Amino acid sequence: MNVLGFVLTNFWSLLVLAFLGLVGLRIGWRARRYGATRKELRYVLRRSPFYFVVLVFCFFAAAPFFIMFLHTFKTDGDLYRRPQPFVYRQEPTLEHLDTLFNNTAYLDFIRNSVLVGVAVVIITLLLSLPAAYALARLTGRWGERAGILMFLVYLVPPTLLFIPMFRIVVLLGLKDSPLSLIVVYPSFTVPFSMWLLQGFFKAVPPELEEAALVDGYNRVEAFLRVVLPLSLPGIISTVVFAFTLTLHEFIYGLVFIADTSQRTLSVGVPTELILGDVYFWQPLLAAALIVAIPVGLAYNLFLDSLVQGFTMGAVKG
Amino acid sequence: MGRLSLGSFPLDNRRLIGALFLTPALLYIVLLVGFPFILSIAFGFSDVTVGNTDLSFVGFRNFLAVWENDIFRQVFETTIRFTLISQVFILIFANILAVIFTQDFTGKWFARFIFILPWATPVSLAMIGWLWMLDTKYSSIDYLLLQLGLLGRGGLLSDNRNLFWLAAPDLAQISVIFVQVWRMTPLATVILMAGLSSIPTDILDQAEVDGSRFMRTLLQIKLPLILPIMVIALLFSMITMFGDMTVVYVLTRGGPVDYTRVLGLYSFQVGIEGGNLAQGAAISLFAFPLLLAMAIFMLRTASRAEVR
Repeated sequence: MNVLGFVLTNFWSLLVLAFLGLVGLRIGWRARRYGATRKELRYVLRRSPFYFVVLVFCFFAAAPFFIMFLHTFKTDGDLYRRPQPFVYRQEPTLEHLDTLFNNTAYLDFIRNSVLVGVAVVIITLLLSLPAAYALARLTGRWGERAGILMFLVYLVPPTLLFIPMFRIVVLLGLKDSPLSLIVVYPSFTVPFSMWLLQGFFKAVPPELEEAALVDGYNRVEAFLRVVLPLSLPGIISTVVFAFTLTLHEFIYGLVFIADTSQRTLSVGVPTELILGDVYFWQPLLAAALIVAIPVGLAYNLFLDSLVQGFTMGAVKG
Repeated sequence: MGRLSLGSFPLDNRRLIGALFLTPALLYIVLLVGFPFILSIAFGFSDVTVGNTDLSFVGFRNFLAVWENDIFRQVFETTIRFTLISQVFILIFANILAVIFTQDFTGKWFARFIFILPWATPVSLAMIGWLWMLDTKYSSIDYLLLQLGLLGRGGLLSDNRNLFWLAAPDLAQISVIFVQVWRMTPLATVILMAGLSSIPTDILDQAEVDGSRFMRTLLQIKLPLILPIMVIALLFSMITMFGDMTVVYVLTRGGPVDYTRVLGLYSFQVGIEGGNLAQGAAISLFAFPLLLAMAIFMLRTASRAEVR
């Protein structure tokens, strides 16, 4: 708590110090390595307009998350009485995080989201791995058409389908159960994953499969033993993005499930942590931030792979 | 893993295996998207409600009732306006950012992480941050403007200490558009990055050999080459935004009055909250011809550009 208190109460000075420190370190390191301090300084100056643009964009992108972080640890008095949003006047507190985890259904939301996400990813892989391979290698023109159809299906927004889906879910007796989401979510994760996986499969040189066929493997074996292991990085990034798609989904989750303890993160947090007109701001902001950071890191980690799959699927397809 | 064999089943027949591999996925999609879609049309022509489950045919009554409804007209117009205005900004920002992030610079990893957050975060959760920043009383944006002397007594923008972002019609609309641009620019950027990185390097090398400067390479070589991809990016963000109700659901619930009510939200409010499934379905169906037209138009533009 003391470290956190120190960091939060001196937030701005620390931020400026960290920034200047990093810039200084870089200049120092480069100057030592290449031995030309003035040249390095001139380079930094010349690049500064570029960095200014980057900083402005980053500022806008980060603003809400920054505010979430800054306000999570504020006491009620600090938050509401003559508010000064950007500084801490009272000792930071962990009380609201405690409330979030122990007095709300937040842990239930996390459990439900993970459960739904994992189940959907498994179904998605079972359906889309073979289908994507078929699109990439096995089928001719009609496969191509099926691929375009899939692409179009991915573009059908949930707002067009949620009313009949709701009816079907009620008829199947799945209302208020995460099972309903497990059944329905593959309707958008499968087209998405097929499209991405198809790109990764196309990147595997066909000669390797031919060689496997010559060695006496059949097509199915060639797929299982040659193509799948070689496209493992792509498959992992597909898993990550399919999982986060389920994490993002809002409308189906809102419509199908009314029971608090069965709701998922994206629906539960904005509906259940707000009681009528009463907003529990610090727990709300914390709840959002806790999801945002890991997903953001995962996206950044797998972004290059996504871009690659997209390029292979769309451009060379 | 042992050798795979299923008796005399031809595991080497390309077409057969292809069909076998593709069918489960296609079947699932047809069942889960095709069937509800047809049901949605059936609902539109019926008088189904949450209480009354039998589908009796009522012709075009729902569609006519919806079309003659003034609220619907306004909702429809708002949806189109929001979508079009935000696309302009998304395309501008996405182009700038795609060029930035396809270069190497110190701190790129961190900058990319920050800039990807709006897209990575589940929309409904990101909106909580905006809801707090645009709060009627505690808005941190208002606080900044107040410190700059733009708000408060004698302030340039308002004599009041607050702007009431989500309670004033104009500002609420501006806020919603701004937030949509904020959350969808990264997706468009990533698609454009894919386009930029797919340009064959020999073309760029040739340009460099010919002494082409950065701006010229960008404007005369890179941008024309990624035009089809740009169209796909546009298609994605337009359709996402046209069908979105999450942003306004969390931020305004369509208010003040009807100023930020969009099609998806209206269909939800009539169909689910109001219990009139038939009319809710009819409302969302009005989006379909527009979505289809957008998709076909853009796909055609994209494929035509590719041929050239």
